[in-house]
Amino acid sequence: MTTLSVTRATLHKDLRMEWRSKDAINSMLFFALLVVVIFSFAFNPTAEESRSIAGGLVWVAFLFAAVVALNQTWARELRNQVLDAYRVSPAPPNALFVAKALGNFLFVVVLEVLMTPLFVVFYNLRSVGPVWQLVVVALLGTWALVVNGTFFAALSIRTRSREIMLPLLLFPISIPAVLAMVDATTSILTGEASPDFWIKMLAVYDLVFTAVCLLLFESVLNAE
Amino acid sequence: MKQLFIAFIVLTLGLLAYSTYQALYVAPTEQTMGDVQRIFYYHVPSAWTAGVCFLVNFLASVVYLWKRNTASDALAAASAEVGMTFCTIVLITGPIWARPVWGIWWTWDARLTTTLVLWLIYVSYLMLRRFSAGGQTQVLAAALAIFGFVDVPIVYMSIRWFRTQHPSPVMGGGENSGLDPVMLQAFFWNLLSFTCVGIVLMVLRYRLQRLEENVEAKHAAVALQGGSR
Amino acid sequence: MTGTTDSPAEPVIVLEQLVKFFGRFAALRDISDRFAAGRLYVVLGDNGAGKSTLLRVVAGLMEPSQGSVTLLGTRKLREVAHRVGYMGHAPLLYDELSGMENLRYFAGLYGLHNDSVGSNAMQMVGLDPELLRRVGQYSQGMRQRLSLARAVLHDPDLILLDEPFSNVDVHSARAMAAVLGHVRDNGKTIVVVTHQAALIEGVADDFVHMSAGQIVRREAVLRRAVTTNSGAEAVR
Repeated sequence: MTTLSVTRATLHKDLRMEWRSKDAINSMLFFALLVVVIFSFAFNPTAEESRSIAGGLVWVAFLFAAVVALNQTWARELRNQVLDAYRVSPAPPNALFVAKALGNFLFVVVLEVLMTPLFVVFYNLRSVGPVWQLVVVALLGTWALVVNGTFFAALSIRTRSREIMLPLLLFPISIPAVLAMVDATTSILTGEASPDFWIKMLAVYDLVFTAVCLLLFESVLNAE
Repeated sequence: MKQLFIAFIVLTLGLLAYSTYQALYVAPTEQTMGDVQRIFYYHVPSAWTAGVCFLVNFLASVVYLWKRNTASDALAAASAEVGMTFCTIVLITGPIWARPVWGIWWTWDARLTTTLVLWLIYVSYLMLRRFSAGGQTQVLAAALAIFGFVDVPIVYMSIRWFRTQHPSPVMGGGENSGLDPVMLQAFFWNLLSFTCVGIVLMVLRYRLQRLEENVEAKHAAVALQGGSR
Repeated sequence: MTGTTDSPAEPVIVLEQLVKFFGRFAALRDISDRFAAGRLYVVLGDNGAGKSTLLRVVAGLMEPSQGSVTLLGTRKLREVAHRVGYMGHAPLLYDELSGMENLRYFAGLYGLHNDSVGSNAMQMVGLDPELLRRVGQYSQGMRQRLSLARAVLHDPDLILLDEPFSNVDVHSARAMAAVLGHVRDNGKTIVVVTHQAALIEGVADDFVHMSAGQIVRREAVLRRAVTTNSGAEAVR
């Protein structure tokens, strides 16, 4: 019960702070926009081609943008060393983790909602497969990126050169998830294959790594 | 204990010489691939040894998080480095063989890709060990090791679905998969010797790590004494 | 109130052979000591004497390299976390939130969901709970007072304070010292790390001098211009 209320309070506080400063969402949005523009110069595909490469482009753009947001997550807790106030309190560590992961999930989903029209316009996209499947893939894929990203961001704040450390840790572990997202998206867009296997794989990936994160977060939070 | 280990080193060196002899002179030349097939006697044992090292790394990391003892952390560090070395050998010998046989250096096949991802994960592991400060390294590294280990089967499954081109395991399978018995013999000698080399390197690296810790402890003891009343 | 009374039976903090290394540097060197309930301790010492490290180890923020800390009768510090308050060297507050928003959040971490918790704490340190200004726009003195309010809002039995008076105007410092004296009079134990002993001398019971990672001396009355090396020269 306390876990739930602390999670809610922390999420609420983070959203309020983000609403006031808009640090994460602004830098993330602009970054993703830049990626979209640069990619469309770099590839300049026809409508047919774009369908088969869009899965990769979209997710690489989101991955990079998510890293920008993830790096902000804990930066806020480090300023004034507020994290210490949480650590001396009896509040459960995993409540903090879940709140941070949910917050990042929301940020990245908002980003995706805002960026998708841009992709559609720039790449002249039209899905052959059902769009609701894309939504499922997006939600599962985003959680896959964000749950590990939140964990590794917590890990990298304890290292030197922390900003660069996050992608170095996150990307290798995320390779299967990225593969699944990209392939599922491409399968749906082109309508040539079934994305079922990839969707299941993403679900398994999400479950497994959420469990691992919850298991290990306390150790990492208190590693000092 | 020390004598025993030195004897083991000597034995390993002997084994290495004998298995090299087996691989290069005893084993017959493969009919279609030619001499380049002999790289198989190094490629697969390296992969096996890397796998053993990474398994040791995972187990040591779990034990570290549980017991918080420096010995298992030292073992984790040692096994990761040695595993990286063998994994690198696998990634280098693979394309050398693939180019003449498959006609390509690299393909995104399940085993190749999994090995590459494994290698990337352990690069990030070793970087994390370098970049984290002081007393936190062990916990952070152990956490990452567990993530990495959990990730490997998922990577394998997903790439397997993606596509597979790697030759299926040549032993212990159907009637067509059999190797020439002499080849098999050369292969097992190499498997044994590489495993021993892996163990020797791990033990040496582990001892070095422990020595370094000892030096730190001595310095710490001096710091503790110095200036006390 | 100066430290003349005998301490009650059960000490609040027991330190046993406490050692903390940072690499090869020994920040704490074999500290064994006891702190009794209901007293206000002032820990003095030069920069680098190990005061803040000691406080972080006692607060459970840092694992000691060797030795043990027993708080309120247990070594499992998390079990008594709700009975301990900690005020860090940094403010431990969110700049983007107002005073009450900060306290409401931190009270929630202790399972306290009544707004009166935060507003009482703010009033105690002389701040207006209605103040809408964000903490980022607070003066240093207000910020430290709010930080004190955060540390004590759950009515802890043991309060650990790291440099509460740094960059604080004399008026705020006096107000904070008075609050601490009052809290102590209610039976709480307080440990204040500071190099500005004069600001809290009036309400302190014991002075603990640290030097080079050790507790070198304890006394009930602060002796100024002491002949030995540590602590005293920092007194203004």
